[in-house]
Amino acid sequence: MSSPSVHAHQAPTGFIRKYIFSLDHKVIGLQYYFLALFSVFLGMALSLLMRWHMVFPDMKIAFFEKLWPAGAPGGVMTPELYLSLMTMHGTIMVFFVLTTAPQSGFGNYFLPIQIGAEDMAFPVLNMLSFWTTFLALVVMVMAFFVEGGAPLGGWTAYPPLSAVGAVAGPGQGAGQTLWVVSIAIFCGASLMGAINFIATTIDLRAPGMSLMRLPLTCWTWLITAILGLLGFAVLLSAGILLLLDRTAGTSFFIPGGLVFSDQIINHKGGSPLLYQHLFWFFGHPEVYIAILPGMGVASQLLSTFSRKPIFGYRAMVYAIIGIGLMGFVVWGHHMFMSGMSPYSAMAFSVLTMCIGVPSAIKTFNWIGTLWGGKIRFTTAMLFALGFVSLFVSGGISGIFLGQPALDLYFHDTYFVVGHFHMIMGVAAIFGMFAGTFYWFPKMFGRMMHEGMGKLHFYLTFIGVYCIFTPMHFVGVAGNPRRYADFKEFEFMQNLMPLHVFMTWAAVATAVAQIIFVINLVWSMKSGAKAPDNPWESTTLEWSIPSPPPFDNFGGKHPIVNHGPYEYGVPGAPKDHIMQTDPA
Amino acid sequence: MEFMSETQTIASDSLWSGGRSPYLVGSKKFGMWLFIASDALTFSALLVAYTYLRISTPDWPTPFHFSPSIIFSSVMTFCLLSSSLTMVMAVHAMHHKNRKGTIAWILATMVGGALFVILHLSEWMTLINHEHVTPFSNEWGVPLFGATFFAITGLHMTHVVIGVIYLGIVCTGIARGKFKYEDVEVCGLYWHFVDLVWMFVFPLVYLMSAKI
Repeated sequence: MSSPSVHAHQAPTGFIRKYIFSLDHKVIGLQYYFLALFSVFLGMALSLLMRWHMVFPDMKIAFFEKLWPAGAPGGVMTPELYLSLMTMHGTIMVFFVLTTAPQSGFGNYFLPIQIGAEDMAFPVLNMLSFWTTFLALVVMVMAFFVEGGAPLGGWTAYPPLSAVGAVAGPGQGAGQTLWVVSIAIFCGASLMGAINFIATTIDLRAPGMSLMRLPLTCWTWLITAILGLLGFAVLLSAGILLLLDRTAGTSFFIPGGLVFSDQIINHKGGSPLLYQHLFWFFGHPEVYIAILPGMGVASQLLSTFSRKPIFGYRAMVYAIIGIGLMGFVVWGHHMFMSGMSPYSAMAFSVLTMCIGVPSAIKTFNWIGTLWGGKIRFTTAMLFALGFVSLFVSGGISGIFLGQPALDLYFHDTYFVVGHFHMIMGVAAIFGMFAGTFYWFPKMFGRMMHEGMGKLHFYLTFIGVYCIFTPMHFVGVAGNPRRYADFKEFEFMQNLMPLHVFMTWAAVATAVAQIIFVINLVWSMKSGAKAPDNPWESTTLEWSIPSPPPFDNFGGKHPIVNHGPYEYGVPGAPKDHIMQTDPA
Repeated sequence: MEFMSETQTIASDSLWSGGRSPYLVGSKKFGMWLFIASDALTFSALLVAYTYLRISTPDWPTPFHFSPSIIFSSVMTFCLLSSSLTMVMAVHAMHHKNRKGTIAWILATMVGGALFVILHLSEWMTLINHEHVTPFSNEWGVPLFGATFFAITGLHMTHVVIGVIYLGIVCTGIARGKFKYEDVEVCGLYWHFVDLVWMFVFPLVYLMSAKI
């Protein structure tokens, strides 16, 4: 049997084929990375505006009025504008940052190299997938500029609010329609990406790269792709039905007898609960789409910088598969508040608790990997450690929320906001930072500045804990979420100093990100030249030049003789054995 | 060391040890299977939504008379199913390097698909213009009947139209001597999948709405 055919294409020379409509997985990976970088700063800016308004609701800010004449008359944000910022913050962060950078960005760049392939299985599909994602982002951002502005329905876009149209508020007209269209486009892009990732991992592994020799990053990219393949398919259905409700006059999600803004809604028979089922069947796997690649990066880095094999490689693989599969049977735990039968709530709750088992296996194995290791505290390693810390902190509050009785109280409070930001937001983002510092030398041929990196790490690490830990406390005290300000609530006044603290922590953390951008730009131009294998890692990407040549391996198929994490092998001449070293 | 090399020989004999496609199929075919898995979930979600809404609506109408509605939709089903058979023949002909035969059978498949779409559209028009069933209203007071009917059959019809275009592209390619056996087979996979979806839509949407 001959080796699998790889689409052989010569290095293009024109600017457009080289950098814009490139078929090279490395260029596409970087395109995704920078798209996510743009999106994360946009999303962060929106969150700062929200936090500012929450604690200084009456402050007149001239540029608010310039940006949103209708949304901030006299420079004071209306609750509707606040909700539209919240919706766009959530949507942009979830879809265009958390789904895009760890999987499509790093995955595109490093999956083919780590398995020893010249490119993805379908390079043209890969390019289409990026540009479709780009189109989805453009359509999403357009929602800011249409009549009524951006939608108010949150990143989950629950009907009937999202289904009845402009009568439900400014932004629920054209803005919400653009939102649905953008998400449907994004579903298509994710489908193309997922097919490519799965086919590449299964078919294009180099000789000797058996499944149990795959780096854990590749395992997480594979399982994430499977989650995306199946999850986004169902979101597409929900999106189609929601779009029909909005544009074709159907009533899939709109029950009868609704009154919005003193107008009777001329729909009947639909079920908002149906949308929640369809949405969360996608929505819960989406949480793992965001976090799994971070787990892969953390595993890779903890092993590399502890100079020890990953503790329990097989257990790690089974835990990744277990988390992925179980992600499809727990969606009901997002719906405890919907009035579901207590029996189904209990079933979903038990299944949710079960996911704690593979998650705990992973955490124990990370700690086991560190145990007795010769730890090198590089910036990349610090971010990987930060990932583990945030994953544990955010995961533990998930155990509370998985109990229906407790969730009824917590669900609409800041406890949930603190929980999902910790685990799905910043833990995943720490995974991306770790990946950036680890792979930057390979991608750009230069090292990032460690001093700036460490400063950025410590400020960010302390910053995110200062922002999100107090949210749990104010949540327990009954602080409702999705409220533009808390002026009207007497019981909230004692909590306001904490909110002010969180806002300043958010501002400080945001400022600290400037250090990262400076480090990124400065290192690209003036960083120290990177050797082929600066971290003394074992996986295939470190066996080729930095940055890699066009076809990755110079026309040869690498032969893989070793597992991915052979560090500190007794009797070996070096403290690490590359996967391509002779057997 | 003896032991190590022995386990390695065993590992390299395995289908999964890299350097080959473990399913012994090309990446295109594998990719199509993945697309089908995804698309199957999209349709499943729609059919689950239909079931959910139908069960939660107490007086769901069953308006389709045996004649002409069920007979008409059976003829549509016959067109689509026959086109699956002709697709099998096209793949078979391509397998025997019979390019002319392949083109003829693909054209027959396209005719079957196109006939299905034309009959389907005329059925839609009859429903809309004569029986006043639209996506948002009907005379039985259950607007969701039309909504689910048009959404599900509409998405399926979109797939058939795309399939006919896809067949046309493959057919042109073969006429120019470009495509290989695998391309026809992959196209056939898509076409059979679209037919299979109809085999769920037909009983759930038509037969279960028949007036008995």
